[in-house]
Amino acid sequence: MRVSVITFPGSNCDHDAYEVFNLRGHETKLIWHKDTDLQQPDLVILPGGFSYGDYLRCGALARFSPIVQEVISHAKCGGLVMGICNGFQILTETGLLPGALMMNESLAFICQHQNIRVETDHSPYTNGIAVGTVLDTPIAHKEGNYFIDEQGLKQLLDNDQIMFRYCDAKGKTSSDSNPNGALENIAGICSSGRNVLGMMPHPERSATDTVSSQDGRLIFEALERFVRAIS
Amino acid sequence: MLKAKIFVQLKASVLDPQGKAVTNSLHNLGFANVADTRISKYIEVNFTSDDVAHVTTEVEQICDSLLANPNTETYHFEIVPQE
Repeated sequence: MRVSVITFPGSNCDHDAYEVFNLRGHETKLIWHKDTDLQQPDLVILPGGFSYGDYLRCGALARFSPIVQEVISHAKCGGLVMGICNGFQILTETGLLPGALMMNESLAFICQHQNIRVETDHSPYTNGIAVGTVLDTPIAHKEGNYFIDEQGLKQLLDNDQIMFRYCDAKGKTSSDSNPNGALENIAGICSSGRNVLGMMPHPERSATDTVSSQDGRLIFEALERFVRAIS
Repeated sequence: MLKAKIFVQLKASVLDPQGKAVTNSLHNLGFANVADTRISKYIEVNFTSDDVAHVTTEVEQICDSLLANPNTETYHFEIVPQE
């Protein structure tokens, strides 16, 4: 699989993502945000961090980086784009994903292990993972409180676009297992075409032997299955 | 030369946790009449033009394309002479 990881000024999870894909044997490249060539990837990663210092709104300024126009074209042609944390915020600002990430209800930056439940196996990112599987993935954000209006939520539900929900260790979703106030405990969604994923948790921080959880691997294994199947 | 005074606010339907925290603090300070607080952004943009109609159109474009997120925010503005 060819993977292009975009680096914006202020990205700080680009090397984590790079390392995970590189260790898994994929041809992985770091692409600077001012470049205009994605280098024909199977998958684009918009990594976590604080692009442009989170000025104005998280992700609002990154969408004007030259490479983002290429990312939008790639996504509109059905290409895979995965936005993690700040990458999710950028995807909502570009309009590739609906809704917005608001400030956490607690107003606090939250950095902790978090259980999320797989809500659908109908996507490149979750195929082969049983619905209801609980993944232990870290979160680290202050603006992860997902919001969408009533009509938008109905579309997400009708189209099976909610990919992950915050839950407890047993997979139960409630306000107690919701770290940031996100609507319906939403931790990740996909586009209507299912090729674009945005998620606040960090699977790339839970996918190597050196960290305490390896649950993020399930998502990368699903991606590998998908790309193998279409190649 | 003209200046735009732009206010970007959360839509009424969107919860404002910062506003809620400020309301609680004001109640703690004894301001019992405070019912609600909403936090907004105030942005000033200076123009090199005196054409009110043209600047008004540009400010709308600026707000729609960057300063406000239509999913969660609304805006209003006034055009005034620069001091």
